[in-house]
Amino acid sequence: MNVDLKQVEEAAKELYIRALKMLPPDIKSGIAALERSESDATAKTILGTMIKNISVAEDNANLLCQDTGIPIYNVTIGRNVIVDGYGLKQAIRKGCERATREHPLRSSVVHPVTRKNEQSSCGRGVPVINIDFSDAGETLAIEMIPKGSGSENSSWLKMAIPAEGVDAIKTFVVDCVLESGGKSCPPTIVGVGVGGTADLCMHLAKQAATRPLGSRCTDREGARLEQALTAAVNQLGVGPQGLGGDATAFAVHIETAATHITMNPVAVNMQCHSARRARATFTPAGIEYGF
Amino acid sequence: MAHYDLAMPVDEAATRLLRVNDTVTLNGTLYGIRDATQIHMFDRGRKTRFDLAGHAVIHTAPNVKKVEPSSAYPAGYAPVCIGTTTSARMERFTRPLMSQYGVRMIIGKGGLLADSAAAFAELGGVYLAIVGGAAALETTWIEQIEDVDLDDLNPESLWRFRIKNFGPLRVAMDSHGTSLYTELKKAAAGRRAAALASMGVK
Repeated sequence: MNVDLKQVEEAAKELYIRALKMLPPDIKSGIAALERSESDATAKTILGTMIKNISVAEDNANLLCQDTGIPIYNVTIGRNVIVDGYGLKQAIRKGCERATREHPLRSSVVHPVTRKNEQSSCGRGVPVINIDFSDAGETLAIEMIPKGSGSENSSWLKMAIPAEGVDAIKTFVVDCVLESGGKSCPPTIVGVGVGGTADLCMHLAKQAATRPLGSRCTDREGARLEQALTAAVNQLGVGPQGLGGDATAFAVHIETAATHITMNPVAVNMQCHSARRARATFTPAGIEYGF
Repeated sequence: MAHYDLAMPVDEAATRLLRVNDTVTLNGTLYGIRDATQIHMFDRGRKTRFDLAGHAVIHTAPNVKKVEPSSAYPAGYAPVCIGTTTSARMERFTRPLMSQYGVRMIIGKGGLLADSAAAFAELGGVYLAIVGGAAALETTWIEQIEDVDLDDLNPESLWRFRIKNFGPLRVAMDSHGTSLYTELKKAAAGRRAAALASMGVK
């Protein structure tokens, strides 16, 4: 399969706008489930407002949240796909910039020192473009995540040591949820990276935070930790928006990687209740949009 | 718990009536303010031509569309999506907003901290919690972008919105020293040991 870069540019534009307007079905049903089971009256009202907002956004074809985030594009290239890699990155950047100017969207991206906003949602190293490979035949998938800052500012890394064991991981996650309080726009998906190097650990946390609800860590140990931590953080009573209640997190998601004999790294990256993502899949049959 | 419909601006007495867990709906004028706006106003000596006395400010940087100025769009901007950002980053600006500009209400999400609580108590102010991330809904409460100042900071300009039935918003920090965030944070911290024990952490 040959990939047409003009189509990639269009998809990159379309994906940014779609992600900002339509929540994936797993997140929508996740909020509805939390609203049904919430026992705190204030929290139930807040969750009800979040549900109402989803339908207002759909009815008005408007953005769910004003935070257009830092744009992230995760590209997965399957087998027997012919694509100019450098051109692909340029096309994604162009599509991202066009979405910003043509919709228009708020450009939330500034230079880290001068704070200058180019009004394009782009800058040095942004959009973030991650490229990976899969064994799917003749398939190229682009996932777009507009990562909001309220939840992104709730990110932490701890280089724990082996003697602290798995208790260090559990304690760290609970303490991050407490520290974050209402700032990360709960109910959240608490993304946790366990293992790897410092940078890989943080990347794993981001992958975990942006995984669909209902998915499990493919590492059995990670999946066990997910279950225990999901129950634990939801005992804290932080609640929606940090105003108390049962619904602190949809789930704790964990991704793991092997690490060094001397290391025990753990990272947390949170995703807010407006857990937005969109996906375009290129195959010889055409382009399919989904989540 | 009472509900109040308030026409902005308000005076100190009206602000001091409000207690945590009361709800309010605002009408009239609302100002949008953000990190860069306040960094420029309070660290870099810039002034706004707007009179913020007695008003509410909301922690926001909106999505807008540039249009030809007209009676419907006097500032040359049409609202696209206007929502609320996390307040805690702007903690140190609460006091100068109140003491230098007379702001009475701050609308945000996630809460403000101890210095703001002290400023609210001393000077007569409140923090009103909005549901963060519910921006599509919030946008329907905004009738018009009436004016904009410090627009070189766009989207972190100082915005003047005309609002209709903006709310209900929850009083989460009042002028009597009570903060729901402090109370709930303390309660959550009190559950930490049990949460860790449930996972077998010693």
